[in-house]
Amino acid sequence: MATPVTPVKSGMPEPRAGTGGVFSAGSQKDFNSQLKKVYTFYTGGFLAFVVVLAIAEQMGLPRNWIGYIFLVATVGLYAGIGVMSRTSDAAEYYVAGRRVPALFNGMATGADWMSAASFIGMAGTLYLTGYNGLAFIMGWTGGYCLVALFLAPYLRKFGQFTIPDFLGARYGGNIPRSVGVIAAILCSFTYVVAQIYGVGLITTRLTGVPFELGIFLGLGGILVCSFLGGMRAVTWTQVAQYIILIIAYLIPVVWLAVKATGIPLPQVVYGKVLESVTAREEEFIKDPKEQEVRKMFTDRAAAASAQLKDVDRSFTTGQAALKSALDKAKADQASPESLAAAERAVAAYPKDAAAAKAMWTKDAGSAGRGAPMLRHAEAFPGATEEARDVSRRNFLALVFCLMVGTAALPHILMRYYTTPSVRQARESVFWSLFFIFLLYFTAPALAVLVKYDIYSFLVGSPFAQLPQWVASWQSVDPSLLSIADVNGDGIVQRAEISIGGDIVVLATPEIAGLPYVVSGLVAAGGLAAALSTADGLLLTIANALSHDFYYKMLDPNASTARRVTLSKMLLLVVALAAAWVASQKPADILFLVSAAFSLAAAAFFPALTLGIFWKRANKWGATLGMIAGLGITFYYMATTQPWLRSVFGVTSPIADHIWWGIQPISAGLWGVPLGFAVIIIVSLLTPAPDRETRDLVEHVRYPNITGDTMVTEGT
Amino acid sequence: MQLTQKHQEYWSKNLRITSILLFIWFVVTFVVSYFARDLSFNFFGWPFAFYMGAQGALIIYVVIIWYYARYMNNLDRAYGVQEGEDE
Repeated sequence: MATPVTPVKSGMPEPRAGTGGVFSAGSQKDFNSQLKKVYTFYTGGFLAFVVVLAIAEQMGLPRNWIGYIFLVATVGLYAGIGVMSRTSDAAEYYVAGRRVPALFNGMATGADWMSAASFIGMAGTLYLTGYNGLAFIMGWTGGYCLVALFLAPYLRKFGQFTIPDFLGARYGGNIPRSVGVIAAILCSFTYVVAQIYGVGLITTRLTGVPFELGIFLGLGGILVCSFLGGMRAVTWTQVAQYIILIIAYLIPVVWLAVKATGIPLPQVVYGKVLESVTAREEEFIKDPKEQEVRKMFTDRAAAASAQLKDVDRSFTTGQAALKSALDKAKADQASPESLAAAERAVAAYPKDAAAAKAMWTKDAGSAGRGAPMLRHAEAFPGATEEARDVSRRNFLALVFCLMVGTAALPHILMRYYTTPSVRQARESVFWSLFFIFLLYFTAPALAVLVKYDIYSFLVGSPFAQLPQWVASWQSVDPSLLSIADVNGDGIVQRAEISIGGDIVVLATPEIAGLPYVVSGLVAAGGLAAALSTADGLLLTIANALSHDFYYKMLDPNASTARRVTLSKMLLLVVALAAAWVASQKPADILFLVSAAFSLAAAAFFPALTLGIFWKRANKWGATLGMIAGLGITFYYMATTQPWLRSVFGVTSPIADHIWWGIQPISAGLWGVPLGFAVIIIVSLLTPAPDRETRDLVEHVRYPNITGDTMVTEGT
Repeated sequence: MQLTQKHQEYWSKNLRITSILLFIWFVVTFVVSYFARDLSFNFFGWPFAFYMGAQGALIIYVVIIWYYARYMNNLDRAYGVQEGEDE
């Protein structure tokens, strides 16, 4: 490994880049035990920090101070690790020197994997959709079985730097590599925009700065982790971030479980709580007051839809009707009360047609609130047998796409290049899923516990005595929580509560009645989740450009130092570009994230697995297979997803393009099988790969084989 | 490089365990979910299908990966294709 030694001003030689500080040691064994010591100490220190803040809060530390302290302390910590791990050595920069022990790589993968969507959004999705939300729980964990069985050990044995590296070496030439680079950037970029958006949102909530400033503050937090030390710095900050995010997720749920059942094991006891929730749901379905509210929403939505058919005419007739009613009341010398009511009605009427249109669109959108109530535990609800069938089909398709997508996202697969051996790569997948599992099997419990709390304490309480957290969240953002007395009986009905998914995690500490310091902790956990994922993604994009595109395709003679410097510059450019896109608040950001899974699944999974398990797969098969898989997935999305339809100007009815009732989010269901089919057919029609390629396949299949002439870079 | 009889055997054992574990993964994920509406008997408070989706399947996934790592790491040693000491 060639490492430039830069003289510093004092005349003292700087320690060799990549060997100084805590994150390096002599033998692998010493390194491992040193890491355990450092992170145990760190976890204890973090818990002590939270306790000290809690005591300070009791002594009167203001709330916004707690927010600032959490933000500065955690981001400062990540920056410290980032600076300590700075490096300009290629193997250190791209794959953390391939010395990350299985356990720690598991934690880093956990943080890399769990994004703002997992941390904040998932429990909310489960709260809102019940059983159907479990598609995300299963999909985002079961995919690791595919990683373990089909990819991780083989990619580790192959031992290069990026995923397009494997495509380039296995299928020969720049064409498969370029397709890989494009696909990697396509899915990582949309994903990273969503993370930066999440970072901005949390920073804003934690400190009260404007959203745009929040984004750029968060961007600083992302860059300090990855800019100086690449994969090496990202790895060790991700381990630190995992510890914070899991503590932040578990504390409020455990508390809520104690509140509901008296037992601090939410994952074990929420079955009983779910029974109570189900019983309450049956009461709500029969309750005449609930039915009344739902009917009011349905009627209001139907009326608004009718008005919307001809906005201008409905606006003028509506206005005229109210005015004539007022005139009539005046002429008839009606009672002062009815006169005042008529005046109020005229005053409350929208000022112009545009305002009326906005109001009616909003009312028409409330049709969902009048729909029959969802039973949390019921699988594939639907009015007819056919609706249930479509719901089941979409559930299974989504699980499939999320699983295969998990096993194809480059920023995750890249992590398995960093372990010291194939053996540890296998163990590392186990640790990865174990650490992810800790959060994922808690999320459904959290959703049920919050539902229980709302159904048993909030519903049925008088409007005059709403709990404190309701008022504070309602004032923060009405789209997250709004409760209005629709039928005017002074009592909260279930159907009168409109709740946004994100609130479920963010407001849990307040619902559980915990001090504000825990709310700060949860926000810091969400920030850790978003930052760690954003770092992994940015690194993937920058490496695809600097390593695969520049070094492998444009200038194979580029020096190590030049490649690493270029990668750092690109990281900065990509980060700024993503932050700029995020600051535009793109409308369909959630769709873009889920789309990344379908796109990655269709582009990478068939080419990677066949490359390992089928020697006959060749260059043309892989190239065309990847293009066909990506192409059909993208085509299906572009013709069936409303936002993409408007971008591409598709005007024919959606129903003409929907196949088998499958939603656009699961478009990978078509892309993955087509990718496999094209690779197999085209490979069989074109000449078999050469001897060298077949040797490479054997090389990756055996952790150690005599007579093997290939060597792994950076070990 | 020349593959011996032993190498072939190692690979076919790998394929066998991979297929078995993949089959379990498939049943737990897709077969159980397909019949979710029929599998709603009470399982410690949860409807069975809900429990599987929220917890049961996840535990089985973790066990599948743990078992595969253990099995393959032993197989490496039994067939002499293990790596040098790394710890």
